[in-house]
Amino acid sequence: MNGHGRMKLPAPNALVGGTLIAILLATAGTGALWTPYDPLKLSFREKLVAPGALHWLGTDEFGRDVLSRLMAGAATSVWISILTVTLAVVMGTTIGLFSGYMRGWTDRIIMAFNDALLAFPGILLALGLLAVLGANKYGIIVALGIAYTPSVARVVRGTVLSLREREFIAASRVMGNGEGFTMLRHILPNCIAPLTVLATSMFGYVLLAESALSFLGLGVPPPAPTWGNMLAGSRPYIDQAVWLGIFPGLCISLTLLGINLLGDALRDKLDPRMRGAR
Amino acid sequence: MSTKAFSSEVGTGSREENASNKATAPLLDVADLTLKLGASGRTLVNAVSFQVFPGEIVGIVGESGSGKTLAARAVMGFIPPAVRLTGGTIRFEGQDVMAMSGKDLRAMRGSRVGMVFQEPMTSLNPSMLIGRQLDEGLELHRKLDSGQRKALVLDMLRRVGIRDPEGALESYPHQFSGGMRQRIMLASVMLLKPALLLADEPTTALDAVVQRDVMELMVELTQANDTAVLLISHDLGMVARYCSRIVVMCQGDVVEQGTAEDILARPQHPYTRKLLAAMPQRLPARFLPEGGTPIVAVRDLVVDYPGRQGFFRKSAPKRALHGVSIDVKPGEVVAVVGGSGSGKTTLGQSIAGLVRPAGGEILFNGKPIAKSDTAYWDYRLNCQMVFQDPYSSLDPRMTIQQLVGEPLRLVEAMSAAQKKARVAEVLTEVGLGDGFGQRYPHELSGGQRQRVAIARAIVRRPSFVIADEPVSALDVTVRAQVLELFDELQKKHGFSCLFISHDLGVVEQVADRVIVMHEGRIVEEGPRDAIFDDPQHDYTRKLLSAVPGLESTGDGGVRLFWRRGEGEASA
Repeated sequence: MNGHGRMKLPAPNALVGGTLIAILLATAGTGALWTPYDPLKLSFREKLVAPGALHWLGTDEFGRDVLSRLMAGAATSVWISILTVTLAVVMGTTIGLFSGYMRGWTDRIIMAFNDALLAFPGILLALGLLAVLGANKYGIIVALGIAYTPSVARVVRGTVLSLREREFIAASRVMGNGEGFTMLRHILPNCIAPLTVLATSMFGYVLLAESALSFLGLGVPPPAPTWGNMLAGSRPYIDQAVWLGIFPGLCISLTLLGINLLGDALRDKLDPRMRGAR
Repeated sequence: MSTKAFSSEVGTGSREENASNKATAPLLDVADLTLKLGASGRTLVNAVSFQVFPGEIVGIVGESGSGKTLAARAVMGFIPPAVRLTGGTIRFEGQDVMAMSGKDLRAMRGSRVGMVFQEPMTSLNPSMLIGRQLDEGLELHRKLDSGQRKALVLDMLRRVGIRDPEGALESYPHQFSGGMRQRIMLASVMLLKPALLLADEPTTALDAVVQRDVMELMVELTQANDTAVLLISHDLGMVARYCSRIVVMCQGDVVEQGTAEDILARPQHPYTRKLLAAMPQRLPARFLPEGGTPIVAVRDLVVDYPGRQGFFRKSAPKRALHGVSIDVKPGEVVAVVGGSGSGKTTLGQSIAGLVRPAGGEILFNGKPIAKSDTAYWDYRLNCQMVFQDPYSSLDPRMTIQQLVGEPLRLVEAMSAAQKKARVAEVLTEVGLGDGFGQRYPHELSGGQRQRVAIARAIVRRPSFVIADEPVSALDVTVRAQVLELFDELQKKHGFSCLFISHDLGVVEQVADRVIVMHEGRIVEEGPRDAIFDDPQHDYTRKLLSAVPGLESTGDGGVRLFWRRGEGEASA
């Protein structure tokens, strides 16, 4: 509570995280419209060129410019991750909220089904779904979205169960508020803090899962670049062209770092109890 | 077990030495103790001095933030890492505690100074057998073989009133009630026959009746072993009952200390007077018109809690209320009192519609609320509740204005401007004027939060309010203010009230009529003065024996008197 002057400056994690994410979004935005070279253009004379003045981040085994591919890939990867996380959060929250609030048999049945899904490794579930949905951008989003829904549902249900027992929920019922209103007005907003943390860490998982799927050949079909398939494709050349793996890996790491920092800052900001606490 | 057996271990400053010059050598001598918070340098305990002589019971009284717990814990060398000792000395048996090595401190703790904590639910290790936990201290500090230790433990468990000591050795803490756990805690501390017992709010978490039993046991055990007690409490009445001397602390300072009699009858410091004035007192009985339809009538209410659901079978439901009937007349404050497990909270919750009764009915203005939707809705809008814990009854994500305004959402007859004006009006009524509307609950103190909860309950101008232990989570002086506010609002708006409490002192102050509950049944019911002056049922007498009666002596002083309990009536 001391030092109102300091509160004007954003917290350091918000600053660093925000900067990283701003750079990412700018890159993704630019990459969707313009890249230094055509990311798909093959040039066998220039294959595996080390980073230099002409190709800042070097070229890959087909002579494609790595920087251009990273920029184009950013747009695809970020877009896939955002949509997937949104899908999983929306579905998981709905299920968790409903299940936790209703309790009893409704809860047991939903959670039994949920836990059965949770028992599959997320990537395996996504693979199965992709086989049905087809390996393209939207197939990946739906498959990964469904695969990550159960863990969101679990977290939300747990939070709801503990919130339900708080006296302000009883107070809401005594006021005469309906169940739906109580859920949306009192329970949902209080789930935001754990959800923010979960969503940010999930963003990272999705980015990695997308890479893994691409690696298995079930991701965004080549030659379209994503960070995942670039990383996967770099593997055979790790001893000759180390930059092929380093730059996509660095992009993924920095993005995750930025998102996690921003997520923490966001959680503090969204929770009135944390306001003015630092 | 004999005094000799351990006096050889403690070396200098042993009991014999102290006994010979009792008048001059205090067991514990705290002088100018000053503790500051590391980072900000805020003073938490300011030049506090007090002494405890062997075998004496000294009480430290103060509200939260008074530094009483910090000061007492410093005696054992327990100071939180963020807190620094900046001045003063603590001498125990002539030795400077602050200068002691870790080894000496450990030898002193448990063996020479014992401690009983407030929360019996968390102060015993839940994953350790009782027998093992009691044995731990003996094993550490006494050179006895396991057979001798077991005999001592069993003897002590018997003395603290555990029914089956042999069985208790093989039990876990969760198998005992709060009162029993506190007895076990006391047993584990007294096993080592310490010279000083630090008791930090030892009975605050317990029921009034259990509280008295545990305190009495503590006094008896410590007297038998000539152990001095430093009793830390917010409850001036309790401290006055058991202590010979009282130290009053307020915001880190000792404002007054003296004999219990002097403090009570001739308080010198304004803060002491404030504390005494905050003790609930009976006001003259109000006149309420006889007869008339009760605003709320409860008929033969039965509530069952479902049994534990196993994988294949359900255990039998537990009956919490066995057919309870009560009437609340317009403008009347009816208090429901009883210990934990008496069903008083269940009664309040089922009347508020939070728990579905298994039988019986509730009538509002003579109409059964379960019969029609209009009757139910009429009741719903007119019945409000104030909860016990102001930290959990307010949604942390809403501002005070939103919280207080929320009940008005369902009032169709009011315009947005009228609602806003009503919220402002009610906030002023509860003493939270401008500037509070935009704040969040965590920015408010406990007393302010409870004011918000009361504002929320009365904003719709209900005709019936259920208050479930509305002041039991608050500090003594804050409690008095909130009770006063509640009383004022009740008189102003004339709502009827069902006031649920375990604290008879509070009940004596606010109630017109008292209902005493025990194990899901009403055992006695009547006008307040009749219940307090001429209780008929044994359980009522037992409850009453746990709280002091109060008589003002003028000049800010009071005289306490204690009612006789069950079985002591003829003495």
